[in-house]
Amino acid sequence: MTSAALPRAWARLGEVDPRYLVSFLITLILVVGEARYGILGGYDRLAIALGVCVVTELALARVVGGRGAALQSAYVTGISLALLLKPQTGVLWPFALGAFLAIASKFVLAYRGRHLWNPSNFAIGLLLVIAPGSVAILSHQWGNHLATNVVIWGFGLLIASRVGVLHVTLTYVVCYALLAVARGAIVGTPVVAELAPITGPMYQLFIFFMITDPKTTVGSMRGRVAVAALVAVVEASIRLAADYHVAALSLLYPAPPILALAIVGPIAKAVDLAYCDSFHKPVTHP
Amino acid sequence: MVVAVMSQPLRRLALSAVFLGAVFLVVALNRGRRDDAGGAAVPPGFSLENVAGAVGIEFSHHGPALDPRIDNIAPLVAALGASVAVGNVNNDGWADLYFTNSRFGFANALYLNRGDGTFADVAREAGVADLNRPGEGVSMGAVWGDYDNDGLEDLLVYKWGYLQLFKNLGGLRFADVTAAAGLRHWMNSNGAVWLDYDRDGLLDLYVTGYFRSDVDFWHLKTTRIMHDSWDFATNGGMNRLFRNLGSGRFEDVTARTGVGSTRWTLAAAAADFNGDGWPDLFLANDYGPEELFVNDSGARFVLTRAGLESDSKSGMSASLGDVLNRGRVDAFVTNISERGYLFQGNNLRLNFLPELGRFQQGAEGVVADAGWAWGAQIGDLDNDGTSELFITNGYVSGDRDKSYWYAMSKVAGANSNVFEDTRNWPAVGTASLSGYERSRVLARHGSEGWVDVGPQVGVTDEYDGRAVALVDLFNRGVLDVVVANQNQPALVYRNTVVPGRHWIAFRLVGSRSNRSAIGAEVTVEAGGIRRLRIVDGGMGFASQNDRRLHVGLGGATRVDRVVIRWPSGARQVLEAPVVDRLHVITEP
Repeated sequence: MTSAALPRAWARLGEVDPRYLVSFLITLILVVGEARYGILGGYDRLAIALGVCVVTELALARVVGGRGAALQSAYVTGISLALLLKPQTGVLWPFALGAFLAIASKFVLAYRGRHLWNPSNFAIGLLLVIAPGSVAILSHQWGNHLATNVVIWGFGLLIASRVGVLHVTLTYVVCYALLAVARGAIVGTPVVAELAPITGPMYQLFIFFMITDPKTTVGSMRGRVAVAALVAVVEASIRLAADYHVAALSLLYPAPPILALAIVGPIAKAVDLAYCDSFHKPVTHP
Repeated sequence: MVVAVMSQPLRRLALSAVFLGAVFLVVALNRGRRDDAGGAAVPPGFSLENVAGAVGIEFSHHGPALDPRIDNIAPLVAALGASVAVGNVNNDGWADLYFTNSRFGFANALYLNRGDGTFADVAREAGVADLNRPGEGVSMGAVWGDYDNDGLEDLLVYKWGYLQLFKNLGGLRFADVTAAAGLRHWMNSNGAVWLDYDRDGLLDLYVTGYFRSDVDFWHLKTTRIMHDSWDFATNGGMNRLFRNLGSGRFEDVTARTGVGSTRWTLAAAAADFNGDGWPDLFLANDYGPEELFVNDSGARFVLTRAGLESDSKSGMSASLGDVLNRGRVDAFVTNISERGYLFQGNNLRLNFLPELGRFQQGAEGVVADAGWAWGAQIGDLDNDGTSELFITNGYVSGDRDKSYWYAMSKVAGANSNVFEDTRNWPAVGTASLSGYERSRVLARHGSEGWVDVGPQVGVTDEYDGRAVALVDLFNRGVLDVVVANQNQPALVYRNTVVPGRHWIAFRLVGSRSNRSAIGAEVTVEAGGIRRLRIVDGGMGFASQNDRRLHVGLGGATRVDRVVIRWPSGARQVLEAPVVDRLHVITEP
C-alpha cells in the first residue's frame, strides 16, 4: 500500500454510512467469536434474538411509532443479545423476551420522543436483575489469543473514530484504568486482575456498542465525556461494594459496567433532554 | 383489526401493558427455575438415611496443605482429594469401601464390610493407610481392579505425587508393587480408570493428569501453574495410558495410542460407545470441551468429533449409564452453574453414535443445573426400572456471607498471562465459592420429567461433595449411596425401597476376559424394555461403583432374558433368570 493509499482509505471509510460500520464491527465480533470460540452457544439463540428484534421493530415502528423501522438498530441489538446473554442450558425464552423488551423499550421508555436506554443495555440489565436464576452474561475471554483482542480493538477504535464516538470510548477506558488502579490499591488486589476484565468480549460489546450509542448519549461532547466518566465511577463503586461483599447490591456484581450504564445513562439523557437544548443538536457523523 | 381503529395514545397504552406483561413473564419464568427442590407430586419410592456413624464409618477427609507461595488461592487449589472406591477385597461377597485422605500424616481408610451391618477400618493392617507422606505426595483417589487375574482385587491409588499400585496378597494384606510394575510416576492426577483397551484379557490403566506433572505442590519452582484458558485450556497434566504386559509390569503407551490429552482432565470413563466391541475413553475436562477417544481395534485411539468439541465447559465428572432404557451407554457430565454468573449446565450426552455419529444433549432444568456439581452416578435407586441421578456439589464452603464469585470473575475475563500465575489472583481468604450446596437426587416422574426429590428422600446435606458411589452395601437388592466430602465427613446413605419392587443383580467373573470383567455389558430384557449395565473400572469423579450390576425391575416378576457381552467379545445369553437374586456368572 502506498503512502497515499492510507489517507484515501480513511477518507473512503468516512464516506460510508456510520451505521454500516457499526453493523460491520458487530458482525466481525460475531463471526470471529463463533468461528474460533463457539461464542454463541447455538444458532437458535441468534435466530430468535435477531428475528424477534426485527419483527418487533417492524411492527412497533408501524403501529406505534408512526415511522420507518430502524432495522440497523434491531440488527445490532439482536446480535448483542445473542452474544451477551448466557442462559441456563436449553432455555431460549430470554432471547425472545429480551429481544422484545429491548426493542419495545425504545417506544415505551421514552421522554420527549427520545428513548432513554440503549436497547440491549436495558434488556440485559433488566434480565440480570430480575432473572438471575435463568440468565448470566458472557464471561468468555478470547481464548488466550492476544491477536483476536488486537483485531477487535483495532477495528473498534477505527470505527469509533469514524462514527465520531471515539472520545466516549477513550474517556471510559482511561477512567476505567485509573479507577482499576485505585481499586487495586484500596482493596489490595493485583492491579492486573482489576484491569483484566476490559480485555474481554463483554467489555468490547459494551464499549463499542452500548456506551457509545448515539441515540442514547447526551448532546454535547463535553456532556458525553462526563457521562462516560460517571459510568466508570458508578461501575467502580459497584465493584468496590462487591469487593467488600455488600449483600444488598449483589445483583449488580455479575455485570458492573452494564448495570452502571443502565443506571447512569437514562438519568443523564433525561436531564439532557429536560434542561439542555441538546436534542436539537443531535450527534453528527463525519 | 382492533389495533387499526385504536388512537395513538391507546396504542401506546396497549404497548405499555404488553411491555409490563413481558416483564412479569420474565419474573414468572425465572421463579420456575429456582433451585429449591420442588419435589415430586407422587412420593418417591425410596428414602435415604445417613447411617455412617451407626455402621462404624467415621471417616473425615482432610485436604492438602500446599506450598505457602499459593496461599492466596489455596482454598481453591486444595479443594480436591476426597474419594471413594467400592471393592470386595476378600471375596466374601460383601462390598468394602476405600476412602482417601489428602494431607501429610492423615491416613486413608479401608472399611471392611463385616456382613453384619457394620464396618471396620483395616487399612493400617492391610498396608494401604499411610500413603500421604512428604516426598511421596497425597492421595486423590483410587480404583480397584484385578490386574494380575489372580482373583483378588488390587488397588491403584492416584495422587498429587507418585502413583501407587498395591497387589492384593490375600488375607487382607497388600504389597506396594509400584516400582516393580513400572508405575512410579509423579502425576498430579484426579482420576484413573481400569480398562482392557486391547482386549488381551489384562487390565490396562488410564490415569488422568490435572496439574502438570512437573509441579511439586510442596516445593513450587513457579507460581505459573494454572490453566491457560477458561474455555480451551491445553496446558494441564498429560493423561497416560499404561498397557499391562502380563508379567506384573506396565508399559507407557500414551504416545503410541494417542491418548495423551493435556486438557485438565478431571474424570475418565471407559465403555464401548459405538458398538464396535472395543472400549472407548470418555474424558470430562475442566476449562474445556469433553473428549471422546474412540478405540481403533486396540491399536490406537482416535479423538472423535461427536458433538463435544465446541461445547466448552468445566467438566468435573463422567458417569456412564443407560439413562433412558434405550440399551445404550450414555454419559452424564457435571459442570458449574451459579446464579447470575455462569450457567455452564451439566451435560446428559445421549448416545446416538451408531446412527448419527454424535451425542445429543439431553440435559435441561434440574438435570442441567445442580450448582457447582462434582461427582454423580446413574442408578436405579427405587427399583422402579428407571434410572435416578445422584449429584454431589459445592466447591468451597467458607463464610456464608462472603462469595469469591465476583473476585474470580475478574481474572476469568483476563488474558491467560494473567491468570496462569497464581500471584495475580485476588486472595480467597475465608470466602465461599458456591459453598453450602445441597446434593441433588433426581428422579424421572412421568409427565413431570426429572424432579429433584433430594429433601423428600432425606438428602439435605450441604457438604462439599466430591465423590459418590452406588453400592448394595447390605446385600438387600437395593443401591445404597456413599459420598466422600472434601474436608468433611463421609456419608453412607442406607436406601429403603417401598415393597413390591423387584430387581436382579449380576456379579461377573471373567476367564478369557479380565477376571474383574471390567468392560462387560449386561442387557436385561423384561416386559419389552432393555436395560443396559456396564462393569466399570472407575467412573464419576474420584469414585468407583459396586461392580455387581444392579437392575431394578419395578413390578415385573419375570426377566425374559439377559445378554452378556464380555470384554473378550464372547456373547452369553441367560434365559429367564430368577428375579430378586444376585447371579454370579463366570465367562464361558
